[in-house]
Amino acid sequence: MELLNVQHLRTHFRSAEGAVRAVEDVSFRLETGKTLAIVGESGSGKSVTSLSIMGLLDKKTARNSGSITFGGRNLLTLSEREMRKIRGNEIGMVFQEPMTSLNPVLSVGRQIGETLRLHQGLSRQAARTRAIDLLRLVDIPAPERRIDEYPHQLSGGMRQRVMIAIALACEPKLLIADEPTTALDVTVQAQVLDLMRDLQKRTGTAIILITHDLGVVADIADRVIVMYAGRTVEEAATADLYARPMHPYTKGLLATIPRLGSSLLPGEPARLEEIPGQVPSLRKPIHGCAFAGRCKFSVDLCRSKAPVLERKSEGHSVACHLADNGVSA
Amino acid sequence: MDTPTQALPPLPDLFPPQPRRGKVRRLIVQHPSIVIGGSLLVLIILLAIFANWLGTVDPYKIAPAKRNRLPSMDFWFGTDTLGRDIYSRVLYGGRVSLFVGVSVAFLATVLGLVTGLIAGAYRRLDAIIMRLMDGLMSIPPILLAIALVAAIGGSVLNVILAITMAEFPRMSRIVRGVVLSVREQPFIDGAIAAGSTMPKIIIRHILPNIMGPIIVQATYICSAAMITEAALSFIGAGTPPSIPSWGGIMNEGRMLWQIKPYIILFPAVFLSVTVLAVNLLGDGLRDALDPRSATRL
Amino acid sequence: MTTCAPLLELRNLQKHYFLRPNLLGKPTATVHALDDVNLTLSAGETLSIVGESGCGKSTLGKTVVRLHQPTDGQILLDGRRVDQIGGAELKAFRARVQVVFQDPYSSLNPRIRVRDTLSEPLHNFGLAKDAAAVTQRVEELLDMVGLPRDAAGRYPHEFSGGQRQRIAIARALSPRPDLIVCDEAVSALDVSVKAQIVNLLGDIQKKTGLAMLFISHDLAIVEHLTHRVAVMYLGRVVEVGNRREIFGNALHPYTRALISAVPQPDPMNKTRRKLLTGDVPSPIAPPPGCRFNTRCPFATDLCRAEVPVLRAVGGTHQIACHYDNLVEAAA
Repeated sequence: MELLNVQHLRTHFRSAEGAVRAVEDVSFRLETGKTLAIVGESGSGKSVTSLSIMGLLDKKTARNSGSITFGGRNLLTLSEREMRKIRGNEIGMVFQEPMTSLNPVLSVGRQIGETLRLHQGLSRQAARTRAIDLLRLVDIPAPERRIDEYPHQLSGGMRQRVMIAIALACEPKLLIADEPTTALDVTVQAQVLDLMRDLQKRTGTAIILITHDLGVVADIADRVIVMYAGRTVEEAATADLYARPMHPYTKGLLATIPRLGSSLLPGEPARLEEIPGQVPSLRKPIHGCAFAGRCKFSVDLCRSKAPVLERKSEGHSVACHLADNGVSA
Repeated sequence: MDTPTQALPPLPDLFPPQPRRGKVRRLIVQHPSIVIGGSLLVLIILLAIFANWLGTVDPYKIAPAKRNRLPSMDFWFGTDTLGRDIYSRVLYGGRVSLFVGVSVAFLATVLGLVTGLIAGAYRRLDAIIMRLMDGLMSIPPILLAIALVAAIGGSVLNVILAITMAEFPRMSRIVRGVVLSVREQPFIDGAIAAGSTMPKIIIRHILPNIMGPIIVQATYICSAAMITEAALSFIGAGTPPSIPSWGGIMNEGRMLWQIKPYIILFPAVFLSVTVLAVNLLGDGLRDALDPRSATRL
Repeated sequence: MTTCAPLLELRNLQKHYFLRPNLLGKPTATVHALDDVNLTLSAGETLSIVGESGCGKSTLGKTVVRLHQPTDGQILLDGRRVDQIGGAELKAFRARVQVVFQDPYSSLNPRIRVRDTLSEPLHNFGLAKDAAAVTQRVEELLDMVGLPRDAAGRYPHEFSGGQRQRIAIARALSPRPDLIVCDEAVSALDVSVKAQIVNLLGDIQKKTGLAMLFISHDLAIVEHLTHRVAVMYLGRVVEVGNRREIFGNALHPYTRALISAVPQPDPMNKTRRKLLTGDVPSPIAPPPGCRFNTRCPFATDLCRAEVPVLRAVGGTHQIACHYDNLVEAAA
C-alpha cells in the first residue's frame, strides 16, 4: 500500500547572497512497512527533503514546490496547525543528536507522556503506563526507574532509544530517522539499528532513513535513493544498487569506502579509490549533470543537458546520459 | 515505484531573483536598527560638535531680564531661571554627555580587555581577578561613582574615572567569558602546537575572534555611562554646575518642573534619544556581528 | 619499518581529570581518562588507536602532543623524556610533533589567511630566514596537500571541509615534523572526500617518512592505512598488534565485538552482529578488575577481581585479558 508519494519536490532557500537550490526535483514513493534510505553527502539535500516532509522548514526563508502526498493529502498545502496534528502523531521523527532534541529540564517520562497526551488524549496516569511500556519496547533496562530520569543521566545510546520511543509513541505510519546512528559508537549503532529493524517488524511502520553511511543502508534499507547536489541520481532496491550500481557517483561512493578485511590481502595497502574534486555550489544554477565536473566519463552532453531519472531495469532508475553505454568501465 | 519522467525545461527559481541592491539599501533592509541608531547618533554628535554655528548664544550668559521665558522664536527651548538660553545649553551640554559616554566606553573597554584577557588566558590569575571584579560589581555603580567623586572631587575627568571604575568589571567578565569559549576551539590548540606563545595567541588568535561581543558591550556601557553622568549631575555630584550638562540642566529645572516643565523636558528628551540611539546601534551590531543570527544559509 | 629505538615511547602513561572540587578545592570525582598506557611507535610507522568514545584515545593524542599534561608516567621521544620539559626544549619538541584535529571548521582560525596559518609555525620555530623562504615553503606545502597556490591569500571560510582539512594537514607538515598525531582527522569528512584525505596522508607518509599516531573510531579506514593498532577501552589498552594480528586474529573479546559491529556496505553480508549489550561505563567509576567485565559475555570471577595486564601472545601481539582466547574458548 502506498503511504507516501513525493513528486517533483524542490526546495530553495533565500539567503543574503541569493537563492540556495537545496533540492531540485526529487520524486519517490514509499509503501507501508518498508524502509527507504536516502543517501548522500553534506549538501546533497537529503536532510532538507526530510524536513520538507515534516513541514519543519522556516516558511520565511524556504520555499517548496511539487507535492508530498501522505494519507491522501498534500502536506505542502497544509497549514502549520494541521501539520502539527500529523507531526509526532502520524509521522514520527528521530534526529542525529539525541541530546539537543530532548528537553534537558523534563524527565524522560514527561517527554514521552506529553506526546501521548497531546495526540491521543491519554490521562496522566495512562500516559505514564504507556511510556513505561514504550521504554521497555526500546530495550531500556529498568524502565520504571529510567522514566523519572533526565536526559543528562542517560548515555548517548539510551537517549537515542528514548528519542525512538517518543517517535513511536503514537504508533506513526511513517518514521523519519535523520542520521539516527551517526553520533553513536559502532557497538551502540548496531544495537540501535537492530532495534529499529525489530520495531518495524512488530509495528509495520514505514521508515525513511537519511544517512551518509552506506554500511548502515546495507544493513536496514529495502530501497535506496542516492542524492547528489539536490538531485536524485539513482534509485534501486538495496541489493540491486550494491550489486549493480549504474550512476558513476554511486559507483564512486561504493568504491571509496574502505572495507574490513583489507589487511588479509597480500602486499601493502593500496590507495583508496577517490572521487576527485568537490561538491558543486548550490548557490549557482547548475547546467547539465551536477556530477559532470567530477565524473571521469563525462562528455559534452553531460555539461549541456541535465539527465533525467530513467528506468533502466525493474525497479532501478538512474539519471545519467551514459548509463546505457555501460559506463561500468 | 519508478516515476515516469520526461525531459524537463530548465527549472525556474522558487524565489524571484532579488533585485541587485546597492550596499546602502542592503544595510537598511538587513539591519534597520544600525541605520536608525547610527544616524540618530551621528545627528546628535554633529549638533554637539557644531553647536557654535547652530544659532546658539553663549550658554553661560546670564540675562536676568529674560528669565523663565517660554519656548519662542527667540529662545527655541525657552530660558532658565537665570535667563540662559536652554537650546544653547542643551547643545553644549551634549558635548559633556557624549564625551563622558565615549570616554567611559573606551576606557572601560581597554581596562576590561586587559583584565578579561588575562583572567581568561591565565588560569592562575583568573580567580583573583574575578573575585576583584565581583567586589567592584557588588557596589551599585551610582554609589561607587558618588563615593569616588566625593573623594576626588567633581570634574569631568573624575566623573569619567568614577563611572569607568563602576562599569569596567562588566566588560571584564564578558571578555573573560568569550575568551574561555574561544580557548576551547581547536584552532587555539593548533596554535599552541604550532609553537605560539600565550601573548601571541591572545593577540593573533583570541582577540580578533572576540571583537563582536566587545563592541556591542561597549555601546551598552556608553549609554549606561551617559545615564549615570546625567544622574550624577542631577543630584549635584557630577560635573561642576558651571559646565552645562544634560543632568545639570535637569537639576536646575527640578525645582520648577511643575510650572516650567520645558526646562527639564528638552535635556531629558535629548538624553533619552541619545541613549536610545546608542542602544539601537548596539542591538543592531549584536545581530550583525553574531555569526549565528547572520543571514547565511 | 626501522629496527632502531622507537621514535615515541609511552611508559605507564596516566591522565586523570579531577572534577567538581568541593569548597576546599579538593576534587570529589576523578575521571580515569588514561591508565597505565604503554605503547611504542617507530619512525615512519603508523600506529592507530581505536576504541569507542570515552575510551581515552583523544586524551592520549592530546597528551602525546603536550596539550595536556600527563598525571603520571613518561613520554619519550628518541629515548629522551619530554613529559616535563618546558621553554625552548618544549618548542623544539613541538616542531617535531604536530597534530591534525577532527573538525576542519573549528581547527582553523577564521580570521587568518591560509598563508599566515601555514607560516605561523615557520616563524615560531625560526625555520625560515626571510619572507621569500616563507613564501616558497608555503607554496611547497600547498602543492604537497593538493591545493592551488592562490589558496594562500584566502580565508578558511572560502574552502570546503575537505580543503580545510588539507590546510590543517599543511599546517602540521609546515615545520617538517617527525610525528603527526591525527585525532579523528577524517571522521568529520564526507565519504568521497574521506578517501582523498586518507590517500593524501598515505602519500605524505611515503614521501616524508614521518610517523603517524592515527586516532580513529573507523575500523575499516584504520585497517586500510595502519601498520599497527592499539585497541583502548575505558582508558586502558586492551590489545596491541600489527594490522594482520588485530584484524585477522583478534584475541580480546572487546576487539572482536568492535570489529564485528562495523557496518559493511554489503547487503548480502549480514554477519556483523555479535552485539555488545549496554554502553561504556563511566570513566569516573570504572568497574574493578578488567574494565570490560560489565559488557564481556565471557567474564569470570577472575575478570571481576583482578586487572589483567598487557602480555605478549606471540609475534608483536599483546592482549590484556586473563585468557588466551576467550571467545574461541567459550565457543
